[in-house]
Amino acid sequence: MSINRRKFLKIAGASALFGLTGASAIEELLTTNAEASVSPGPEALTAKRWAMVIDVSKIKTKEDYEKIIHACHSIHNVPDIGNKKDEVKWIWEEEYENTFPGVSDEFIPESIKHKPFLALCNHCAKPPCVRVCPTKATFKRPDGIVAMDYHRCIGCRFCMAACPFGARSFNWRDPRPFIKEKEENKEFPTRMKGVVEKCTFCSERLARGLKPACVEKSNGALVFGDLEDSNSEVRKVLSANYTIRRKPEIGSGPSVYYVIGGNEHA
Amino acid sequence: MLEKALTGSKRYWTWIFILLAIIGVGFINYLRQFDYGLGITGMSRDVSWGFYISQFTFLVGVAASAVMLVIPYYLHDFKTFGKVVILGEFLAIAAVTMCILFIFVDLGQPMRVMNVILHPTPNSILFWDAMVLNGYLFINLIVGWTTLTADRKGVPPPDWVKPLIYLSVPWAVSIHTVTAFLYAGLPGRHFWLTAVMAARFLGSAFASGPALLIILCLIVRKVSKFDPGKEAIQALGKIVTYAMFANVFLLGLEFFTAFYSQIPGHMHPFVYLYAGLDGYSKLVPLMWMSTILAIVSLIILVNPNMRRKENMLAFACVAVFISLWIDKGFGLVVGGFVPNMFERVTEYWPSLPEALITLGIWSIGFLVLTILYKIAIAVREQTASWPELH
Repeated sequence: MSINRRKFLKIAGASALFGLTGASAIEELLTTNAEASVSPGPEALTAKRWAMVIDVSKIKTKEDYEKIIHACHSIHNVPDIGNKKDEVKWIWEEEYENTFPGVSDEFIPESIKHKPFLALCNHCAKPPCVRVCPTKATFKRPDGIVAMDYHRCIGCRFCMAACPFGARSFNWRDPRPFIKEKEENKEFPTRMKGVVEKCTFCSERLARGLKPACVEKSNGALVFGDLEDSNSEVRKVLSANYTIRRKPEIGSGPSVYYVIGGNEHA
Repeated sequence: MLEKALTGSKRYWTWIFILLAIIGVGFINYLRQFDYGLGITGMSRDVSWGFYISQFTFLVGVAASAVMLVIPYYLHDFKTFGKVVILGEFLAIAAVTMCILFIFVDLGQPMRVMNVILHPTPNSILFWDAMVLNGYLFINLIVGWTTLTADRKGVPPPDWVKPLIYLSVPWAVSIHTVTAFLYAGLPGRHFWLTAVMAARFLGSAFASGPALLIILCLIVRKVSKFDPGKEAIQALGKIVTYAMFANVFLLGLEFFTAFYSQIPGHMHPFVYLYAGLDGYSKLVPLMWMSTILAIVSLIILVNPNMRRKENMLAFACVAVFISLWIDKGFGLVVGGFVPNMFERVTEYWPSLPEALITLGIWSIGFLVLTILYKIAIAVREQTASWPELH
């Protein structure tokens, strides 16, 4: 049987196309059932919807802030690139008027106006970042945590455009040279260039029965618990204090609450 | 028919090699970006989309504008467009090709691009955009190629292609609507969160696309024996006029809503773009240039005596194209990111490698366009002496 040039090219082209997409598509179809079988270990902390309350009146000094931020960034191998353009951050300080634009007023006490607040991912009930992601690389877990799959992310940064809280960072370059060797946590993955990352509410620690690193280092200023459990610590603080959330009018349902004044009940 | 692109004058080959040289420079810079990461561009944590995504947005409009020829010709039997409709379809192919490339070079992990298909996510507008763009590319490839082949043989196009032609009409609207939805559905970005976004996209598309087509028609007439026809060019001129007015009107609506309501979040991006905010004003000269060019073009276009002079029309079209390129191919994307979610201003300006990659992709687009037009023109020059078919 002879094969002419035209026919050969047709077959070659079709097989190349299949090799690019078809083979891996079949692989994908065959393996989709495998992932649902993971269950939490016996010591894991579980919840219906994790939430955090931050009492800013209890975080007093610059050292207090640095301790909290450093705890997070060091265990998660967040690089310190040293310029604002390529910056990667999971939890950081912002002044009140920047954290709550549109809510701030010129006549409020100076002490509050320029008071640093902690900003981080709000783990929204209806996260816009999850809605826009074209590959499900960012997704909402059943416990309310908005998580990231660094191996699926294609780096389109649609989630960064969608996040109403500026909580997401992109690896504009290889982050690994900017992780101090002594500080690298071998138990948590480092990231590669070209993917998005953000706070995970320390899902890896929760799985081992530990509270988030920032909560642990906060001397009680950060409270973490289940929003759907009326006996949880967060619910107790929420029922005893007036709290605010960032941009609630957007309807994304942030799970991070702020106590501004602070009192004995907090 | 492809062989027709392999024979040409010295001028043709010079042009091809200039384009190839620019593509080469762009490709080398893309390799640098591939190695270093997107940090090689001017984008940042605060302005996380830049030149690439804005070029993509602008070019989706150019691609969609082919519908402004397809509707009159195929739906209303407007014979005057008989010769230019293929130029419109081929322009759409070149534009969509550039769109897809601009999305590709914007990816942080381009090797994973197939994840969009492997993990289809219908709630993501980007997923739908990928679908409709590729669909539009195929529709135009099939329609353009089939009609041109029929033309060369001197027979009417086959019947099966008609439904595809009709499908291309809503499909063209869909590509730009879906692209607008990328922006218009994001809750935290005041500048983009507007119901008229898709309408304004279509308005600007139907001005910038036909404006480019008029310029291309005039070039084609100069470099070949193929004449798209004075009447066709004038009819396109009217389309540009109406669409440009619609676009400016819709932009005016945005200004009204922002400044009459006095809601700070709505005003800030406009203030940043046109006056500067907190002392940052990098884009102000560009935005005013866009405004002035828009006004100048409208004065020429609305005046029939001026519009009928082809050199005046050409000037107006260049003005329309540059004006809309600045507005949509630059300001629209950056304005959405300034100020950031903390009311702070971070400015954006493309880096040199970013600009060279962008230029490279435009050159790929023009290379595709040149080859397709060369084929179309060769067929038309050949059949020009034949008696009328229809």
